[in-house]
Amino acid sequence: MNANGAILSTKGICKSFGPVQALDGVDFDVHRGEVVALVGDNGAGKSTLIKAVAGIYSIDSGEFFFEGRPVKIGGPNDATGLGIATVYQDLALCDNLDVVANLFLGQETVLGGPGRAGRVLDEIVMEQRSHELLDQLSVTIPSVRSEVGTLSGGQRQQVAVARSLLGEPKVVILDEPTAALGVPQTKQVLALIKRLRERDLGVIVISHNLANVFEVADRISVLRLGRNSGTYDAAETSEEQIVGAITGAELGEPTSETGEHR
Amino acid sequence: MRIGDPDYAAPEDAPAEKTSPRDLLRRFMQGDLASLRVILAIAVIWVIFQTQNDRFLSATNLTNLFLQITAVGLISVGVVMVLLIGEIDLSVGAASGFAAAVMAVLNVKQGWPAIPAIMAGVLTGTLIGLAQGFLFTRFTIPSFVVTLAGSLVWQGALLKVLGNTGTVNLSNSSITDLANTFYGEAVGWIVAAIVVALYALTVLAAHRRRARAGVTTEPLALLLIRIGLMAAVTIVAVAILNSDRGVPLALLILLGFVVGFQLITTRTTFGRHLFAVGGSAEAARRAGIGVTRIRVVAFMLCSSMAAVGGILAASRLLAVNQSSGGSNLLLEAIAGPVVAGTSLFGGRGSVWSALLGATVIGSISNGMNLLALESSVKLMITGGVLLAAVIIDAVARSRRRAEGRV
Repeated sequence: MNANGAILSTKGICKSFGPVQALDGVDFDVHRGEVVALVGDNGAGKSTLIKAVAGIYSIDSGEFFFEGRPVKIGGPNDATGLGIATVYQDLALCDNLDVVANLFLGQETVLGGPGRAGRVLDEIVMEQRSHELLDQLSVTIPSVRSEVGTLSGGQRQQVAVARSLLGEPKVVILDEPTAALGVPQTKQVLALIKRLRERDLGVIVISHNLANVFEVADRISVLRLGRNSGTYDAAETSEEQIVGAITGAELGEPTSETGEHR
Repeated sequence: MRIGDPDYAAPEDAPAEKTSPRDLLRRFMQGDLASLRVILAIAVIWVIFQTQNDRFLSATNLTNLFLQITAVGLISVGVVMVLLIGEIDLSVGAASGFAAAVMAVLNVKQGWPAIPAIMAGVLTGTLIGLAQGFLFTRFTIPSFVVTLAGSLVWQGALLKVLGNTGTVNLSNSSITDLANTFYGEAVGWIVAAIVVALYALTVLAAHRRRARAGVTTEPLALLLIRIGLMAAVTIVAVAILNSDRGVPLALLILLGFVVGFQLITTRTTFGRHLFAVGGSAEAARRAGIGVTRIRVVAFMLCSSMAAVGGILAASRLLAVNQSSGGSNLLLEAIAGPVVAGTSLFGGRGSVWSALLGATVIGSISNGMNLLALESSVKLMITGGVLLAAVIIDAVARSRRRAEGRV
């Protein structure tokens, strides 16, 4: 499975919820320094696949490969341990805390070495590292001491992405990162996704917005009713072809086929 | 999601190293102004009562006021812990009475020395918090239900422990001295000097460290103003107290706990996690924080402080009786921090609000007693003030929501 050099691959993933077959033999992969968009209609299985990769759902059958090695992902900690970071649509930020506190939440730097709760916070080091991280990502916020609740949707999204990078992941999964964002904020977030690619991360983006997908993605993986519906090279594919793959209408051939299309 | 935010402008080369004036103003409006608002409220209340009765601002009455608020203030410090995580503890009144009764009975009837008896009283509070925190987190019952039921149980336990007599009089000087010790003039000034010097040194040292490290700093002028105000308040307070009986030990105990808990909530990972759980328990959980543990510890700290407050109240009353921890104590202990800006909805507030809130509520009840108002009027006014405080909290919250904040 290492033949294609993917950093993360899934092979034949099946998952059902009672009588509903949410995923039916899904293959998927992402390489270093690559943005792969995962698209599909509502209920196509995008979120289920992502949650399986993130260790939230246990799969019925199928295999995961990380850097070519078969791995087991039995829980969120397994995924984090491998270096897979997920930014969910609801961001999971504490609006009452400032940016620094949110970036380091649960992994605070403390005076006198890492330790348990009750240790004294090292605000200076955390603030410096926050600056470094946000500068690298060219994230603009009024101040790292701004309360996250006062930030715009785009800024919040960027803070959530920046936070996922603190654990030095190799793969970052973004669930609908531009949903509910205005045009300028969407631009910011898309620019951030491109910078993640420049950092040589494998990036998986779930999105409904095909215009955004075409702007950032190198490849587009389409799911339909829990199955692969083709993987397309974004540069050589038209929006109509993707829409066709999403809806099941036959419009053109996938540029690089996977699954049952082979 | 404000479309058209100017925040997509080209990235600036360096993030602002200093807090911008606008940001500072915002923090002032939403953070420090909460305290300032309360201080103004206290000033207004004092002026009103002083015009009605010129003994209100006498040294004797102000000393009495400070003594009256210590028990409520100590309980409020604990209540803040629970409010910060977005919960409530309706058992603090009963828990304070029960814990004090345990101490009194062990000391008077069982002959325990003062220190072990006091420790047993505080431990009683800790265990009450452990039990309630466990029930709340294990069965996910709303905290007001658990603690309301607990309140009845501890009231019953109070009656049981006191036995047939219904009252236990305290005579052990180590216990009664807690609320009845006053320090001489010199001691008061020395304490004041140490407190002001420590405050100034830590604030300025922290400012220097931050400036050297190149991280956000508050303007030095603002810090100096704050130090100056703090020194002025301390000096005036000590001068007033010295012109009556002196600085009371009880007040120092209250201030010690306030400062200690203020440091815990703002400087430690535990404190950070308290705010996180109050802001978004789900976000805290996903960040790997042991939400259950934080909640249980918050309830334990709350009931422990209720016990400390109960013991101080008993020391002042020189007895524990069947009405210990009853009447308005519970409501005042919860309303105090809320009056002074700690949100009932969690994630916002500070330990200072316990002290400031207790002062507001204590001033009102002290003033009304001084004016010898009828009970009917006193109850209605107290109720109205508490209601107003909660309305201010709710309005502030809906304003934040309109701004997209929680």
